[in-house]
Amino acid sequence: MSALVLNEEQQMLKDAAKRFMVESAPVSQLRALRDNNDETGFSRELWQSMVEMGFVGTLVPEQLGGSQFGYVGMGQISEQAGRNLSASPLISTAVGGVAALLLAGSSEQQQALLPKVAAGELLLALAVDETPRHNPVQVSTRLEAQGDGFVLNGRKQFVVDGHVADKLIVSARSSGADSEREGITLLLVDRTAAGVRVERTSMADSRNAAVVTFDDVKVAATDLLGEAGKGFAALELTLDVVNAQLAAELLGLSLESFERTVAYLLERKQFGVTLSTFQGLQHRCAHLFSELELVKSAVLKALMALDAGADDASMQVSLAKAKASEVAELATNEALQMHGGMGMTDEFDIGLFMKRARCVKALFGDFRYHANRFASLKGY
Amino acid sequence: MADLDAFRQQTRAWLDENCPPSMRKPITKESDQCWGGRNFTFESNDQKLWLDRMAAKGWTAPDWPSEYGGGGLSQEEHKVLREELARISARPALSSFGVWMIGPAILKFGSEELKRQHLPAIVRGEIRWCQGYSEPGAGSDLAGLQTRAVDEGDHFIVNGQKIWTSYADKADWMFCLVRTNPDAKKQLGITLVLFDMATPGVSTKPIKLISGNSPFCESFLDDVRVEKSQVVGEINAGWTIAKYLLTHEREMIGGMGRTASGQKTLSQVAVECIGLDGGKLADDMLRGEIVRWDLDAAAFALTAERVLDEAKSGQGVGAASAMLKYYGTELNKRRQELLVALHGSDGLVWEGEAHREGAIPRNWLRSKGNSIEGGTTEVQLNVISRNILGLQ
Repeated sequence: MSALVLNEEQQMLKDAAKRFMVESAPVSQLRALRDNNDETGFSRELWQSMVEMGFVGTLVPEQLGGSQFGYVGMGQISEQAGRNLSASPLISTAVGGVAALLLAGSSEQQQALLPKVAAGELLLALAVDETPRHNPVQVSTRLEAQGDGFVLNGRKQFVVDGHVADKLIVSARSSGADSEREGITLLLVDRTAAGVRVERTSMADSRNAAVVTFDDVKVAATDLLGEAGKGFAALELTLDVVNAQLAAELLGLSLESFERTVAYLLERKQFGVTLSTFQGLQHRCAHLFSELELVKSAVLKALMALDAGADDASMQVSLAKAKASEVAELATNEALQMHGGMGMTDEFDIGLFMKRARCVKALFGDFRYHANRFASLKGY
Repeated sequence: MADLDAFRQQTRAWLDENCPPSMRKPITKESDQCWGGRNFTFESNDQKLWLDRMAAKGWTAPDWPSEYGGGGLSQEEHKVLREELARISARPALSSFGVWMIGPAILKFGSEELKRQHLPAIVRGEIRWCQGYSEPGAGSDLAGLQTRAVDEGDHFIVNGQKIWTSYADKADWMFCLVRTNPDAKKQLGITLVLFDMATPGVSTKPIKLISGNSPFCESFLDDVRVEKSQVVGEINAGWTIAKYLLTHEREMIGGMGRTASGQKTLSQVAVECIGLDGGKLADDMLRGEIVRWDLDAAAFALTAERVLDEAKSGQGVGAASAMLKYYGTELNKRRQELLVALHGSDGLVWEGEAHREGAIPRNWLRSKGNSIEGGTTEVQLNVISRNILGLQ
């Protein structure tokens, strides 16, 4: 059982990610992208810098151009991205896309695509959900054999970075009824292929998502990730990898909004004293501090369990995502309330943290989804 | 590593031979717990045998120096011992405020004479200790305590009253906070002294709690003579030691948020009480509440582990004990509420062997004190907001 602390290399990566996000991807950058109605939704220049920093290849094996630094390492980057609301395709491409290729792809597919991902030449997006609330077994998008290939029909939503991705990683049903684990296939589809329609959906957090429809899209047999109908296990593992990183992002944004709030209480004066002197506020902060300590532990444990390939990794991930979601809601709600009227203004950043928190929570399962999954995995 | 493996093998072999089978069964009633002391009635020969064998190894206080009767184990060896004891579900050979509280304080702050006098007797379970801290007028504001100790040259004469003294009626010695300088700032006039409960002028009276049990007493001190050789640390410097002891106590009480080895988990109890329907607890609302608790308990256990790991690697968060105490006791109270709810009307039966003499409602009621004793929840929140967050 390894100790629940970062090792020296992981700590160094955390420090580097912290400096980088503060300097190169601060909250003001997200604000500018939003105010300019930027069509890409992130800065290509920033993405190139992230490639140079090695962030994009963190999960990619060394022989394929990455650093293979592991999930704990990637978690440090996600946490700092959370603190700064840094807009980038890290989650969609460097985490979700890479994990799906590693867990479901053939070595040919990995060799063809992963070096391009690590070099920043290929963006990926996971097209999983078909319903407003996350439910990965609910797959009606159909994949049917046609000639020596397949044809794809259906609709996906909340596809993060779907409108800019070069390739989409899609879950589709080859057999079985809706909401069965059996019969789900993972496959790659070019965003620009005939019959693919991508519609960017403008979200509350000013970040990227899309609705994607597939209308008789032709798919070559070589674009299947793994065996037809046997994709769910790899999809579930991929989602575990992504959810652990989302939990780390939630931790980062919760800590940042908490620290900004504590700083505000120390500075803002009413009734001739700073707000920090009021016990009614002190105790709420102390409670939130305790909850955040719990989230830190749960997130680190989930990342370590994934790195170790532990049997209970899925349970630890659901614990981390559930707890991080619950506390992010509390942290951002308390932050807004304690900022008073200023918290309601667009000029103050606190509202941006609240909006991002809700989107990260909803992505691939919120508190309720993961609490339910945690209980099921524990046999009740 | 090889040394540690060898230690594990030796420990395992020794425990196999020396831990009586009846001491490997879960503790189900009060008398299963061995507190030791002059007046203790052992429940069985095995209970005494187990205490004596463990004490002879110094393993009732595994990490104390062997020159004072302790086990002299390193942190790593101590961990191995804990793991091996848990592996065979061994009962603690001794439950002792001496081992948990005053012993570590004497080790850290006491004179050589005090160490030699008291520590070996604690290890052997011969002397049972109680803690004289709170007073009728000094609860959360502990530093406001009024029990007076007047300097009479080589000794003090102590007068005052203590309250919430755990098991004072069964204890042999008390470690007690007294005011030795009434003119100084309140924290600067306090001294920690030790005295025998058989000293003339010491009397106790049990307090009956809402649980129907009486684990606490009032203690009355009337012209009690305390030798100056029984002062721990310096005169008027007792507050530092008191705080050190409170930190210990908080960690101990906070530990109640964790499920002990051999104890059924809340979800196991829930499955037994309610049953499953399609793999899920048959009551949706209770399932939701149990999951919430279970998530918090799992994250809390990881946090206790992380705090320990950080302390070992020198990145300790310092005031973490207040957070652990606050969260752990609130968790335990929620657990007890859920246990009562899960058992329905059976969870309210107060007496009778069939219902373990009302263990469920009595434990539930006792748990209400968790967030009061050892510093209330509100005091812990004050400590976190002022000392950690700097809000004042």
